[in-house]
Amino acid sequence: MKLMEWQGKELFRRAGIPTPRGEVVRDPEDAAAFVAANPGSWVLKSQVLMGGRGKAGGIKFADDPNQARALAGELIGKVLKNEQNPDGERVGALLIEEKVAIESEAYVSIAIDRAAKKPIVMLTAQGGMDVEEVAARDPGAIAKYWIDPAIGFSPFIARRLAFAANFPAGFHKALPGVIGGLYRVFMDYGANLVEINPLVLTKDGAVIASDAKVELDDNGLFRHPELQAWKTEGPVDDDQAAAIATGLGLSNYAKLDGDIGVIANGAGLGMGTMDAIRNAGGAAANFLDIGGGAQAELVKKSYNLVVSDPRVKAMFINIFGGITRGDQVAKGIVEALAGDDVRKVPLVVRLTGTNEKEGRAILAAAKMNPVETMDEGARRVVEMARGGVFP
Amino acid sequence: MSIWVDKNSKVIVQGITGREGLFHAQRMHAYGTRIVGGVTPGKGGTTVEGFAVFNTVHDAVGATGATHTIIFVPPQFAADALYEAYDAGIGFAVCITEGIPVHDILKVVTTTSGMRIVGPNCPGVVSPGRSLIGIMPGHIFKEGRIGMISRSGTLTYEIVDSLSKAGLGQSTCVGIGGDPIIGTTFVDCLRAFANDPETDALVLCGEIGGSDEEDAAAFVRDHLPTKPVVAFIGGRSAPKGKRLGHAGAIISGNFGTPESKLAAFAAAGVPVADRPSAIPGLVRDRLATAR
Repeated sequence: MKLMEWQGKELFRRAGIPTPRGEVVRDPEDAAAFVAANPGSWVLKSQVLMGGRGKAGGIKFADDPNQARALAGELIGKVLKNEQNPDGERVGALLIEEKVAIESEAYVSIAIDRAAKKPIVMLTAQGGMDVEEVAARDPGAIAKYWIDPAIGFSPFIARRLAFAANFPAGFHKALPGVIGGLYRVFMDYGANLVEINPLVLTKDGAVIASDAKVELDDNGLFRHPELQAWKTEGPVDDDQAAAIATGLGLSNYAKLDGDIGVIANGAGLGMGTMDAIRNAGGAAANFLDIGGGAQAELVKKSYNLVVSDPRVKAMFINIFGGITRGDQVAKGIVEALAGDDVRKVPLVVRLTGTNEKEGRAILAAAKMNPVETMDEGARRVVEMARGGVFP
Repeated sequence: MSIWVDKNSKVIVQGITGREGLFHAQRMHAYGTRIVGGVTPGKGGTTVEGFAVFNTVHDAVGATGATHTIIFVPPQFAADALYEAYDAGIGFAVCITEGIPVHDILKVVTTTSGMRIVGPNCPGVVSPGRSLIGIMPGHIFKEGRIGMISRSGTLTYEIVDSLSKAGLGQSTCVGIGGDPIIGTTFVDCLRAFANDPETDALVLCGEIGGSDEEDAAAFVRDHLPTKPVVAFIGGRSAPKGKRLGHAGAIISGNFGTPESKLAAFAAAGVPVADRPSAIPGLVRDRLATAR
């Protein structure tokens, strides 16, 4: 789960990381009221998960209540778009924050390094821009440290990194507190990523987190029932919404560009099936992994999800059962096709592995003939999609 | 010979009274695996389908001399199950469970040195004809001299099936799992296979995302000059930025791309098959040149 900036900052504050004074509003009148009660210069920041919201016009400045009302009215409900996010994202809330006078901007993050199997802290004095850009242009400007989880964070790590990354002296005193807090958020909430970009040194010498990017591990969310309310805040994309509605894992369905529907068991076989279809000259309309041990009901719902995409001209169901049992899959296919109102597309089934015999018997009783291999299935489904030939 | 798993492996099943645990305990037993019992807290002293059930791993090891475990418990209890196995002196654990919090598994794999963990979210390990500790369909495997390592479960079956049908049996097949953090990597497996005199060639089945394949290619180049290796990469037609099932299988930016993996294998002299059915032919070619 990716958190909105205001949510990330809420976690930061709990861990003692300084953030700008501010308020979350969802109504232009509240924006005006807040500025009226707190005279000064304020930044109105659109709360979206996509990157590059500034370039997309999602950040405005207001010095008085009327201005705040007008700009908030303009932003709330607006769909922000930019080159990386052509579909855009609708603004539901604004974070109104005090405008700070910036002396210097830095970057700090903690993520999981897969290869090293350790949390990695990354720092650069070139904050406020895309860190991947910095890494490509000036890799030496990024200082890294791999934290030993048994030791955890210790202040020397912040000192070492600050000197290695040539941080302006003004950062040094506050940095151990900031990185220590960030590590606590990372560990306590089971995050995949915590990032402050920019970490700002203000003209009057304060160090504050001006932005917050936090990505939590969905598998660990059961430990944080208090964050449940935030789950609905972030937009799930269409694929995730479809996966949830079908009863699939969050990342088990993805729409692609082709016209051949795919259902497979296991992510590897799902990707392999997409590849096989491309090898045969076609293109997959989707990736769909029914996961391990799927029951008939899930297979049926998955079929309905795939055919709900009008572009799908033919479908390839490719099952190699391990923990998944062939009879359950076959039952699901037969049940899916039994409905009168279901859209039927030319269908190729390949079914092998655990309980293959039982599964084939169920398909045979429904007058369906599975193919023997993935290559053969891919070839046939591509022919069907091209010619509209029914089996 | 084989690696890690053979006829002497005495296996317990953690979560044996659950639906999947029991189903696969029976299948493993039918395959010939020495399943010596299982663990379900509160059901110790009973039997289920002929398997002795113990309250703790400690009890199970004491009574049976178990050396290996396979874990089917729900994700929120999986780290605890692995720690319990480690505490009881188990040397080899296969973790089937999917959806374990990544911080849990990170801590487990960095604090249980001495116990080899395969997985999580993996299909297990099989030394054909000897022992199967996992959820793979046993009948597709065939005894032989090809070692197989894979990040994916079902793609492993696909490849093994084509190897077996081509007469290329396997010494050991390891499904390492598709999660971002795993206990046993490609390189760990390669290192073990390198010292196995009864493994003549290796098949490595990777996928997009991460850098495990690049690390494996570097290891082959530097440390495996004589054993032929053939690779396959799943997801070559996948678009960038889409997370396809496995939490680990995502191309972000220029990271984890098929191009990077293909280049690494090319630099190591490892041919990459464009489809699973092409693998047996490549293995035969490589074995013929090696002789």
